[in-house]
Amino acid sequence: MKEVVIDARGLHYKVLNDMVHRAIGEGVGRIVLENVAGQRYIGDGLKEEVEIVIRGTPGNDLAAFMDGPRIVVEGNAQDGVGNTMNGGEVIIHGDGGDILGYSMRGGRIFVRGDVGYRVGIHMKAYKDLFPVVVVGGCAKDFLGEYMAGGLLVVLGLDGKDELVGDFVGTGMHGGSIFIRGYLDERTLGKEVGVTEPDEDDLTLLHRYLEDFCRCFDLDLGEVLRKPFLKLYPHTHRPYGRLYAY
Amino acid sequence: MGGMPDRDFRVPSGCGITGIMNRRGRTFSGEVILSSICNMLERGNGLGSGFAAYGIYPELKEYWCFHIMYQKAPSKDRVEEYLKDHFRVVHHEPIPTKKVRSLEPVPILWRYFLEVEDGGRDEEDFVVRSVMEINGDVDGAFVFSSGKNMGIFKGVGDPDAIGEFYRIHEYEAYIWTAHNRFPTNSPGWWGGAHPFGILDWSVVHNGEISSYGTNRRYLENFGYYCTLSTDTEVMAYLFDLLVRRHGLDFETVGNVLASPFWSQIERVEDEGRRRLLKALRITYGPALVNGPFAVIVANSNYMVGLNDRIKLRPLVAAVKGDFLYIASEESAIRVVCRDPEDVWMPKAGEPTVGKLEEDG
Repeated sequence: MKEVVIDARGLHYKVLNDMVHRAIGEGVGRIVLENVAGQRYIGDGLKEEVEIVIRGTPGNDLAAFMDGPRIVVEGNAQDGVGNTMNGGEVIIHGDGGDILGYSMRGGRIFVRGDVGYRVGIHMKAYKDLFPVVVVGGCAKDFLGEYMAGGLLVVLGLDGKDELVGDFVGTGMHGGSIFIRGYLDERTLGKEVGVTEPDEDDLTLLHRYLEDFCRCFDLDLGEVLRKPFLKLYPHTHRPYGRLYAY
Repeated sequence: MGGMPDRDFRVPSGCGITGIMNRRGRTFSGEVILSSICNMLERGNGLGSGFAAYGIYPELKEYWCFHIMYQKAPSKDRVEEYLKDHFRVVHHEPIPTKKVRSLEPVPILWRYFLEVEDGGRDEEDFVVRSVMEINGDVDGAFVFSSGKNMGIFKGVGDPDAIGEFYRIHEYEAYIWTAHNRFPTNSPGWWGGAHPFGILDWSVVHNGEISSYGTNRRYLENFGYYCTLSTDTEVMAYLFDLLVRRHGLDFETVGNVLASPFWSQIERVEDEGRRRLLKALRITYGPALVNGPFAVIVANSNYMVGLNDRIKLRPLVAAVKGDFLYIASEESAIRVVCRDPEDVWMPKAGEPTVGKLEEDG
């Protein structure tokens, strides 16, 4: 496989992304970006099968509209990772920012560390498109806000107190959220119910956790030792009675 | 539809803010803050940038330093007459600038080092009053910095151009904050750029304050008058009121400005704390700041970052040694500090506080 290394130091995002596009056009299969410092829109709209490794801190809207590539971030990512992403994979070894998985429609995002506010806002699934976000650490408020489909998992592997923040799943009307550990039900949005996962849920969960553990070199047995809670929407039309026509 | 195209123009974007503090009070060059803010050029659109710097006038540190912009020469005569009547003018000079073609036209920019002759115990209130009087009464004149041993430098332009214009790299400060503006709801003019300041307070702000009208009317009860047509102004006055005049600590100020929801207060288990939060909401209702915001506020002893209560604007903090960094984006920290000891996203409504601990 052809591989290139690009030094991103001092490059404007437009120049950097042009270089990435050119490399892909030349048939490069693996692109390593060094010294990335806030350049936005990396991987956006790409459909090709390519791996992009990012060293440094990628800027906002990483992997937006992406539909195929695999992106590996060795450090932390900023806000808006996977905005309206359609397919492919984003692996973040550090933390992710706010609105990660915003309106995501397919593919998956694995984060080893913590994530910020409103993660998975407006995620949706359609036919064979099924977006998945797995967070190794904790998430802040408004997790899964207005969620319409797909799967959100929060593992809390680092033993911090608050697994998820407040207002979890506010406006949720599709998809499911799995939380590994305890949850204060008063932090849930009105539209959300809690239950224990059934066999089918666990099968689905195992499938993704196996991959997650392989990505970050974790022991699956250890991860599965703690029980999960499943959050689901009470109704598919929470605001159906709110608007008069 | 109609309406004013400039006033009705809305962009769903945000400004960029950054602040760097050496908590031991050791000064460092303006080059550093320039690199940090210029990493976030995407967050502005050329309609305003500025810097606040602490520790820059060590030889004249006992005097109030007013930075004043004049849109026309007659206002300068009027203000100087006012200053002579109310202060002893120890020294005055043009603010040093460099010609930057992209910034034409620029206002007249002057700085004054002032002594309050019989200030007594109310010296700070006297200075606040003087700033309010000049900004309110003298057409075309604006005091945009009024602290001691600190200064605000700002104007309409990208941060690299404004930095070059004010020769920011020639100053050494122990706290620097900077702003890169993307104005959405108010005009882009020199006085409306950030930071905003009163006494030695400075505020850089990303967001919009939808409670501006309520906050502004509340502040008028205490002698603060908003004259700069930008919502951020209320933030500077609220900090002065709550911290200097009412003696609140920053955590409490966070609970006032970005107070928890009633539903969250009800859940607080500690009774004393629950009652305190309730009392603060009742007492300081009109000081609650609504709408999305991330701010970095500084004075001579502190640098503080704060978000609105539901985190509608980005903010990242980091530490390394004596340095505290707070910025809109982590990359703006990493470009000036490659290996921070810790990097985190502060929780909504919880202030990140850097306190000056000067050597023995």
